[in-house]
Amino acid sequence: MAALSDHLLLLAILAYALAMLTYAAEYAFGNRSVVARVAVREHRRELVGAGAPVVDTLDEPGPVDLLDEPQPTEPQPTGPGADPRIAVWAGRAAATLTLVGWLAHLGCVVTRGFAAHRVPWGNMYEFVLAVTLVGATAWFVLLLRRPSIRPLGLFVTLALVILLGIDGVKLYTPVAPLVPALNSYWLKIHVTAAVTASGILMVGFVAAALTLIRTGHEAGKTRFPYSLGARLPAADGLERLAFRLHAFAFPIWTFAIICGAIWAEAAWGRYWGWDPKETWAFIAWVIYAGYLHARATPSVKRTIATWIAVVGWGAMMVNLFVVNLVVSGLHSYAGVN
Amino acid sequence: MAALDELTTEAPAEPPSRGLGPGRALIGVGRRLWRWLTSMRTALILLFLLALAAIPGSLLPQRNLNIDKVNQYLAQHPTLGPLLDHLWAYNVFASPWFSAIYLLLFVSLVGCLIPRLRAHIAAVMRVPPEAPSRLDRLPAHAESLDLPGDPAEIAGRLNDLLRKRRFRVKVREQAGGGLTVSAEKGHLKETGNILFHFSLLAILIAVALGSWYGYHADRLVVQGADQGFCNTLQQYDEYGLGARVSPGSLEPFCLDLTSFEAKYLSNGEPSVYKAFVDYTLGDGPAKSTTIQVNHPLRLSHARIYLLGTGYAPVVKYTDKYGHSQTEVAPFLSSDAMQTSSGVIEFPDANVDPAKGVDPNHKQQVAFSGIYLPTVPSDPSVGQSAFPAERNPALMLTEYQGDLGLDAGIPSSVYSLDQHQIDTGRLNKVGDPIQLKPGQTKTLSDGTTIQFLGTRPWATMQVRYDPGETLVLVGAVCLLLGLIVMLLGRRLRVWFRIPPQGPVTAGALARSVYPGFTAEFESIVQDTRADQSRPTSRGTQ
Ligand code: HEM
Repeated sequence: MAALSDHLLLLAILAYALAMLTYAAEYAFGNRSVVARVAVREHRRELVGAGAPVVDTLDEPGPVDLLDEPQPTEPQPTGPGADPRIAVWAGRAAATLTLVGWLAHLGCVVTRGFAAHRVPWGNMYEFVLAVTLVGATAWFVLLLRRPSIRPLGLFVTLALVILLGIDGVKLYTPVAPLVPALNSYWLKIHVTAAVTASGILMVGFVAAALTLIRTGHEAGKTRFPYSLGARLPAADGLERLAFRLHAFAFPIWTFAIICGAIWAEAAWGRYWGWDPKETWAFIAWVIYAGYLHARATPSVKRTIATWIAVVGWGAMMVNLFVVNLVVSGLHSYAGVN
Repeated sequence: MAALDELTTEAPAEPPSRGLGPGRALIGVGRRLWRWLTSMRTALILLFLLALAAIPGSLLPQRNLNIDKVNQYLAQHPTLGPLLDHLWAYNVFASPWFSAIYLLLFVSLVGCLIPRLRAHIAAVMRVPPEAPSRLDRLPAHAESLDLPGDPAEIAGRLNDLLRKRRFRVKVREQAGGGLTVSAEKGHLKETGNILFHFSLLAILIAVALGSWYGYHADRLVVQGADQGFCNTLQQYDEYGLGARVSPGSLEPFCLDLTSFEAKYLSNGEPSVYKAFVDYTLGDGPAKSTTIQVNHPLRLSHARIYLLGTGYAPVVKYTDKYGHSQTEVAPFLSSDAMQTSSGVIEFPDANVDPAKGVDPNHKQQVAFSGIYLPTVPSDPSVGQSAFPAERNPALMLTEYQGDLGLDAGIPSSVYSLDQHQIDTGRLNKVGDPIQLKPGQTKTLSDGTTIQFLGTRPWATMQVRYDPGETLVLVGAVCLLLGLIVMLLGRRLRVWFRIPPQGPVTAGALARSVYPGFTAEFESIVQDTRADQSRPTSRGTQ
């Protein structure tokens, strides 16, 4: 089982990487109107209250678009290499490959759990496996509901390949039972919540970063990261998507920290002790809270709010990599030295 | 703070101050300061500052977490180290600047929340406001609703319908004979918001309570009824009391370790640590229980945690006058395989029965030792190969002389007094010896030493934190408030029913959300359930 899990990881990375390349092909060969046509087909609902102070709340999954902006329908300047047929083909191939990657990824996590006879998130290697799986799943759910966001796939798969690559190469740990400190049902609750929140925040980060790129592009910037913005959906819709993902993940993150504190009370004798992992969980929490807050304050520019979200993901990454690998603390269950 | 709502809780503008007396000016400055401090923006900045201030605490070693690392860091950074020390960098979370941010945040929250709570209560009490004169100016509106019946009937039906959708409704008569129906919902959102922020406040208070009235203390307990301890400060190896804790107020209990169970995986990682203990509360009867990692012993005003374990060799020494003494000495382990070291001291050894105690303590005896629960296949490695006792051996080096116990300086019970050795008052005798359990050896001066075996020890931590329950309640309320705040939506809907002719409707979301138009449309749809399609326009 353990060996099967390892093979499946390899397969997942490979499939995601291929998906990334095909997304890139779609990106390169497609002209805007391919993307725009999909978007327009989707765009059935009208936009709300232009001019009113727009303050979103998390919406229930309803008939409302995540990206409910009208895409410009006039023909877009078509780049020299553009070939819509290749783009359509590549887009479908990319989605299929992502699905293959996701299935392998799921299989990898499940077989790992069977091999270890426990929930498969007891060390850092497994934690990253699970976070990326949640991220990929969240991406699929979004894609099914809103095919027009497919251009984001390039960046989501990029994030998946990077994280899984680091995971497989640098963090790999053989299957082992848990140390007594981790032998608690709180492992299931606390870490599952942390995994879920982190996975969704990962997709939220991609959306936030692309919002910034697209905003720059719309403002006429043509330097490198902004040039990527050409084929992205409109900044407004991206921004709203980023917000929804964060607003969805934030209570889960809060819950994860609270459960961590309850567990810490039983395991370490205090609910909060400013252990490095706790400190950075708090820092990330405050940054995300600040983001949601800034987002709700009409006088704060959306770009600034979005930047705060990007910084929040930075704090999450510090917590994952720097705290686990560089700083030593009570959370040193990472299993990597 | 994720107040996902309009945050324009600006205080009303003050009347321009007449006269500029110094007192007035001061009051003016004070007011402005207060207003600045209690704005949401300031609270947000303070929260960010708190996060920023926490960073050095996670990167530099902290005294409360690991004092040895602090000392090591100070030794490695002779110039920067002490400078940082002046800035409380090794005690960030108890530093004045961290506390200052925390206190300011607290004041800011109180100042911001109380007016907000008052405004919210007033808003909840108020009936839904009268319809604006032009419904078609609202972000969502519908015209020419062809509803059957006279105005009173229509209003009655709209009233039922909206109440079913959990609106609060008010029907008003108009001067011209028509009616208006005003409906409002979504105060829950602001309620959630306020709950969230008050919970934050409760947590801040509870944390402070815990640090004032709580305490913690550590104690190493060797197995055996003769080795137990009671909850008094003198019996602890280390402790920290909150500012308001008096040493006499600790919960009275005594505890001893009856046995200890440890199981290990093949790679040496522990899989089970279980301490079997007997304890008494006050004058009560003795009770038995177990303490495990993740499962502390919970008393009403204290909890007892298992922190670690190790071995305490039991050694019998027979001195040159034939007098025997047995000592149990806990050894501390230096690695995961329980390579342990410590000292065994016999200060009363070699007392000449004819002459009595030698005032110069020339004849005291001590052994510095290393204990390996599993001697590795290559014994020259000098480190244990496994944490359980598979092939145990005790290596001892004898010292004789003055142990320096009378100097009044507290000394470690885990190592010999290096000062006595350096000054030649305590000297090494003979070669190191190795003993298996049960084995006896004769030393160079003719005395004998016997290794009787080991007893396990456990380190226990006693903790009390009276703020805990409040923190938990605060945290749960915080999460609840957060969810309600994120899901809630504030919506006002109006219908204008003229004496004759079509009804008009409009809606305003206090916080515009994407499902807003859809919700309004579905309400409108309901009102004309079986009517022919009068034109209804959502919005642009
Ligand atoms: C206030 C207390 C706690 C907080 C704030 C906290 C926070 C976190 C966070 C943020 C993560 C995400 C992982 C990452 O970013 O690297 C995490 C994961 C984890 N936590 Fe906690 N935690 C707390 C208490 C505990 C306790 C008491 C235990 C176990 C004794 C524990 C065990 C774990 C484990 C096993 C993971 C999986 C990730 C890994 O292995 O690196 N946590 N925690």
